[in-house]
Amino acid sequence: MSQVVATHPAVEPAESPLTPESWGKLGMWIFLAGDAMSFGALLAAYGVLRFGSVDWPVPSGILGINLTAFMTFLLIVSSYTMVRALSAVKRGDLAGLRKFLGLTVLVGVMFLGLQAYEWTHLIHEGLGFTANKWGASLFGTTFFAITGFHGAHVTGGVIYLSCYLIQALGGHVKPDTANHIEIAALYWHFVDLVWILVFTFVYLV
Amino acid sequence: MATDHKEPNYLGVMVWLGVLTIGEIAVIYMPLAKLLIVILLVGFALSKASLVAMYFMHLKFEPRTLGVIAITPLILCVFLVFMLAPDHAAVPHKTTFTKAAEHSETPH
Repeated sequence: MSQVVATHPAVEPAESPLTPESWGKLGMWIFLAGDAMSFGALLAAYGVLRFGSVDWPVPSGILGINLTAFMTFLLIVSSYTMVRALSAVKRGDLAGLRKFLGLTVLVGVMFLGLQAYEWTHLIHEGLGFTANKWGASLFGTTFFAITGFHGAHVTGGVIYLSCYLIQALGGHVKPDTANHIEIAALYWHFVDLVWILVFTFVYLV
Repeated sequence: MATDHKEPNYLGVMVWLGVLTIGEIAVIYMPLAKLLIVILLVGFALSKASLVAMYFMHLKFEPRTLGVIAITPLILCVFLVFMLAPDHAAVPHKTTFTKAAEHSETPH
């Protein structure tokens, strides 16, 4: 019996067609597209439940618009500090990377702190996951599901960026760090973008 | 490729996002028809989301196909909303679970 040995020539990894910088960047974009569908489904469900209900409360009458507007400003500022961090690492400015990445993480933590305060206050006032003294109980369900899902993303983002901040503080910057920071920045900006939509559809409309 | 472009005015983008947010909050206190307020709010939100995607996420400087990947969820979500439209048209119902309703459904 003859033995056939397959020989394959060494194959160089092909360059990512849409993001020549790295495959990771393309992977992040595809992940974000899928994640956006999750948020889209939650917001669509919110819309159906809201407009199918006759006793849905006016959100701005219950939720603190001023506080959440401030939280929106915080995330906008954090997106700005994130792009500045990326610019710094592309220039090889390690001090700038540390400063702006640190500010981004700090603002992210502030956002989470304010969200915890908001939730605590609302629960104390009588809004729960299955209870709402102002009307439809599903208002509480959808509110906590959507803002909680977003808050989990912010928490993930803070942890994600903190890993790079720790590396930067330790001076562990490699040639591909800029690429990694760019991919992390995409995630962080996505979290900001989603909050813009959540703020409008859940708090303002 | 996103790395070959001139750096946008990020500070200007941040200021615009702030101005649009102030605009949103101002709109909800204006004596306008509810439908007009909703249209304005959606317009503001989509403008802000576009600014973040185009400049902060550098989509403006990426290949068009990457933009198609990014816009696909929005198209699918709009499709989902239309698919759920029959539920919108259903008879509005009270979703609060009341004590009265509980008693009326209790078998005697």
